[in-house]
Amino acid sequence: MNLAEGVQFISLGILGVLMLVAALGVVLLSNIVYSAFLLGLVFVSISGLYILLNAGFVAAAQVLVYVGAVNILILFGIMLVNKREDFQPISKAWVGKAATGAVCLGLFTLLSSMVLATPWQLSTATPAGENAIEIIGLHFFSDFLLPFELASVLLLMALVGAIILARREYIPDYEPEDEQKVLTLRERPRELVATSSDNQEM
Amino acid sequence: MSSGIDLQESFIQILVALGLPPSLAKVVWMPFPMLLILIAATVSIFIAVWLERKVSAAAQQRIGPEYVGPLGALQATADGVKLIFKEDINPAQADPILFTLGPALVVIPVFVSYLVVPFGQNMVITDLGIGIFLWIALSSVTPIGLLMSGYSSNNKYSLLGGLRATAQSISYEIPLALAVLAVVMMSNSLSTIDIVNQQASYGILSWNIWRQPVGFALFWIAALAECERLPFDLPEAEEEIVAGYQTEYGGMKFGLFYVGSYVNLVLSAMLVSVLYLGGWSFPIPVDLLASGLGISETTPWLQVITAALGIMMTLIKAYFLVFLAVLLRWTVPRVRIDQLLDLGWKFLLPVALVNLLLTAALKLAFPFAFGG
Repeated sequence: MNLAEGVQFISLGILGVLMLVAALGVVLLSNIVYSAFLLGLVFVSISGLYILLNAGFVAAAQVLVYVGAVNILILFGIMLVNKREDFQPISKAWVGKAATGAVCLGLFTLLSSMVLATPWQLSTATPAGENAIEIIGLHFFSDFLLPFELASVLLLMALVGAIILARREYIPDYEPEDEQKVLTLRERPRELVATSSDNQEM
Repeated sequence: MSSGIDLQESFIQILVALGLPPSLAKVVWMPFPMLLILIAATVSIFIAVWLERKVSAAAQQRIGPEYVGPLGALQATADGVKLIFKEDINPAQADPILFTLGPALVVIPVFVSYLVVPFGQNMVITDLGIGIFLWIALSSVTPIGLLMSGYSSNNKYSLLGGLRATAQSISYEIPLALAVLAVVMMSNSLSTIDIVNQQASYGILSWNIWRQPVGFALFWIAALAECERLPFDLPEAEEEIVAGYQTEYGGMKFGLFYVGSYVNLVLSAMLVSVLYLGGWSFPIPVDLLASGLGISETTPWLQVITAALGIMMTLIKAYFLVFLAVLLRWTVPRVRIDQLLDLGWKFLLPVALVNLLLTAALKLAFPFAFGG
């Protein structure tokens, strides 16, 4: 084993341990903010694994999308709705925990036995390395065009949905009288909003 | 075009000649550029702080620092020493782990981004294929540190500041990335070296600023917002929320935020110069000058001068942009949070998209001028 291989092996070990410990922390810690920050650590260690696999672009994209966007949005969500609430201790809570643990352990053994039993075919192709971006781009615009476009439509739908939910700031105090408008969101007309903000300024 | 001096090759050749195996020689070489860039980045703060203090003073018809060192140049050193010796305080009820980790998470991505800043053909730590994309990815990690420090300070102003900083940084990342994408489209590569080389052919005339004026303005505005410079310094707006996420910090933990913001400013200025102002290239191509004077490109002293000129040009362009940022600080009033988000989402984003489409169209129509 030469030096480069040694460094890679040790980094793989460190990243693997880091990822597993952080992932366990995400699940087991009771403080949800810690869980969210540890989730970021999990994503970063996965990105490190991608770097070890010579997939620099995927690693950077992982950091950009998962750490920079998904994790921050999770944190944002937690911090904006961080309502301190003391939960009543439930009697016999251990039954639920034991059941969850058993299910998780069962899933883990199932998956690991599958991993160990499958005769994996290791690819002998050389890693694309620096050219990976061009290859990914070509795939996006040829054989993976449909999933690529569908994903963008999905994101657009999520965007529109988020805007509609977020605009519903002004829920009227009275109940809507006509039952015809069941499918519309409860919202004051915009003119009322303008007058109410005028009143605030005065 | 000659590749200029390659210190790494020469160093490894010397060590191999001394009897070391080549792989070991490479390992011995590796720490040098990293340490050098780390020191250069740290020293760049002192210059940026001095520039900020002096230019601010001039803008307000004051003298500014003048007792510490010549022309007050060591003022930042004095400040740094003071910060190091201050007591390290954790506020009551604050979360000690997150409170300590936050500033570190803000600073580390900024320093790591120096990996891809080129000072010459071979003067970059690594010529990564993903180059500029690495910087975009890393700069998206910083808001986590801001949120962390804002949340853990146990102070409502801190939390508000952290949330504002994150919202701002997420909103302005998108126009920033789209502006970079237009440049990348023209140079057919994400590598910072390739981006500079693509602008090198006709000296100042081939710099990207002439082909991407809109992109340049977009990138500069978005970069200022990412650095939380004054028109966009809402996360620490002292009149509204004391000092934002930094309110509870003191000593070297505050120093880390300070260091991070100035290193980030210098880094952004350097990347503007790489993307739009020709990076290390001289306004008149050095090759042209050399052939005009009848000197061979491979003359050793010419190569040394070219390399030194490259470093100087990068720094001059970067500090000129820092100077502009300081002037802007005392010229433009702070925007409100709704104006900030309106500007980002309703103006910069559509303009960036149109700029991207226009660049693509021009690239198809005039491949010789727009890197076909």
